[in-house]
Amino acid sequence: MKRKKKAKRKKGLSFVFCALVYLFLFLPISVIVANSFNATTTKPYMSWKGFTFDWYIKLWENSSLVDAFGTTMIIAIVSTLLATVIGTLGAIGMYRYKFKGKALIDGLLYIPVVIPEIVLGISLLTIFAKINIPRGMLTLILAHVTFCIPFVIFNVRARLSGYDNSIEEASMDLGANRLVTFFEITLPVLAPGILGGALLAFTLSIDDVIISYFVYGQTKTYPLKVMESVKSGVAPDVNALSTLVLIGTILFVVLTQGDLFKKNR
Amino acid sequence: MAGKRSKHEFRANTLPALLTVGPVTLVMVLLIAVPLIYVAVMSFCSIDEFYNVTFDFTLENYVRLANTDYLKIYAQSLIIAFLTTIICILIGYPFSYIIARTKSRKKRILYMLVIIPFWTNSLIRIYGWRTFLGSSGLLNALLIKLKIVSEPIEFLYKQGTTILGMVYCLIPFMILPLYTAIEKLDGSLLEASSDLGAKPVNTFIEVILPLTSGGIFSGSLMVFIPCLGYFFVSDILGGGNSDVIGNLIERQFQSGNNWPLGAALSIILIIVTLILVKIYQKLGGDMDSLGV
Repeated sequence: MKRKKKAKRKKGLSFVFCALVYLFLFLPISVIVANSFNATTTKPYMSWKGFTFDWYIKLWENSSLVDAFGTTMIIAIVSTLLATVIGTLGAIGMYRYKFKGKALIDGLLYIPVVIPEIVLGISLLTIFAKINIPRGMLTLILAHVTFCIPFVIFNVRARLSGYDNSIEEASMDLGANRLVTFFEITLPVLAPGILGGALLAFTLSIDDVIISYFVYGQTKTYPLKVMESVKSGVAPDVNALSTLVLIGTILFVVLTQGDLFKKNR
Repeated sequence: MAGKRSKHEFRANTLPALLTVGPVTLVMVLLIAVPLIYVAVMSFCSIDEFYNVTFDFTLENYVRLANTDYLKIYAQSLIIAFLTTIICILIGYPFSYIIARTKSRKKRILYMLVIIPFWTNSLIRIYGWRTFLGSSGLLNALLIKLKIVSEPIEFLYKQGTTILGMVYCLIPFMILPLYTAIEKLDGSLLEASSDLGAKPVNTFIEVILPLTSGGIFSGSLMVFIPCLGYFFVSDILGGGNSDVIGNLIERQFQSGNNWPLGAALSIILIIVTLILVKIYQKLGGDMDSLGV
């Protein structure tokens, strides 16, 4: 009896603890959502002045904000595609072939993962300035591709470690050429790793502030646009846009991973 | 004959190797190795009166970095990173343990709930904290309404607030490796330990902790290092009172316009990173578990 009671209390305690951690994780997001309905019109737009939908209407008029969000999406999509292709090919090549300098490339791949982002940001800034590449969309995409590639490679590599070469040999023995084998056999087997890597790359690109901050020039991404007005007060139309994006991503998860919420899985 | 064979060798091995590994090599060498070497070179340069970098060898930047004002900020930065890491372990470990040991189908939902906040950009979430904690913000409004305080409390511009923001940004990098490590734990080992008469505390120290230490080490590395560079967190929440090394670097590359000095600061940060990675490897940490 006593033991049961103790177990129950322990369970209650861990429930409360987890609830508090989730509260911590979701608190600023709830604040963002709440403030998107805030009727305040004076800087720094923090005190609650009643409920309104005005900021959602204003969002339509503030095209620079929506444009910045568009820029973020373009950069994320293009960099994810490039990083996924380059990373997947690289992972396969490094798994299969021996060549000089392989250890060097392997070592370089860890740098974007462990080094503080600011060091990567300023090193790219200095080199772009040195060779006179104008800062803008191109430098942003180059930077994002660079820090996304290692994450794609590590994900694909994890999948490769359990890869059985003999199925490729079987495919070639049966008369398929190298390219057909690659598309019909190799890629489908690696698909989960590639997809996982791509998703991670996309998330990292969308979330990046620091590296973009040093290479953006005139092309502003969404967080950089927000950064401009951080000191004086960010207007709640930013919150309105963030709220819409959040609803979009949650819908996306529910639709693509719907089985997560089904009862008898 | 020999020519024909080498042509075959080229088509069978060299060409596919070049096509697959070529692009990644190009990116890693041109956009990682070369820029970092250039930063190292620049850290020994000086600037002229128009803030242009002039290439003459000098140790002046490193001498300037040894001045006490800078040393104070390095120390402050290391303290902030250390406290952030400790708090992330103290919150992250029990939390990961509970969700990783959940048996029902709720487990995947609980895991997703850790990730979902991170689809909103980190800068915007940190600004959410500022909105919540500001003197005219929601928390103060609530406290005044409940008559707990009569005047708004200033929560911002303190070191503690910066640490809160750092913990907030970086705690998933602690939770995710810990979750993976704890999930791999073999339940029968824990049963065996308690069957043999070990108290829960002893089971934890003797069995669970050693088996999950890999997760703690990689989580700590992935929290501690970024913490030294996250300048926007201390900018937004600390307001200049809790600068980290990242703030010093950012200033030299933006308003300060002394790139060689900023480059020298970055080299210091790289050295700190390398030392920490070496310690991590000495402790038996696996580099491949860092990126996933």
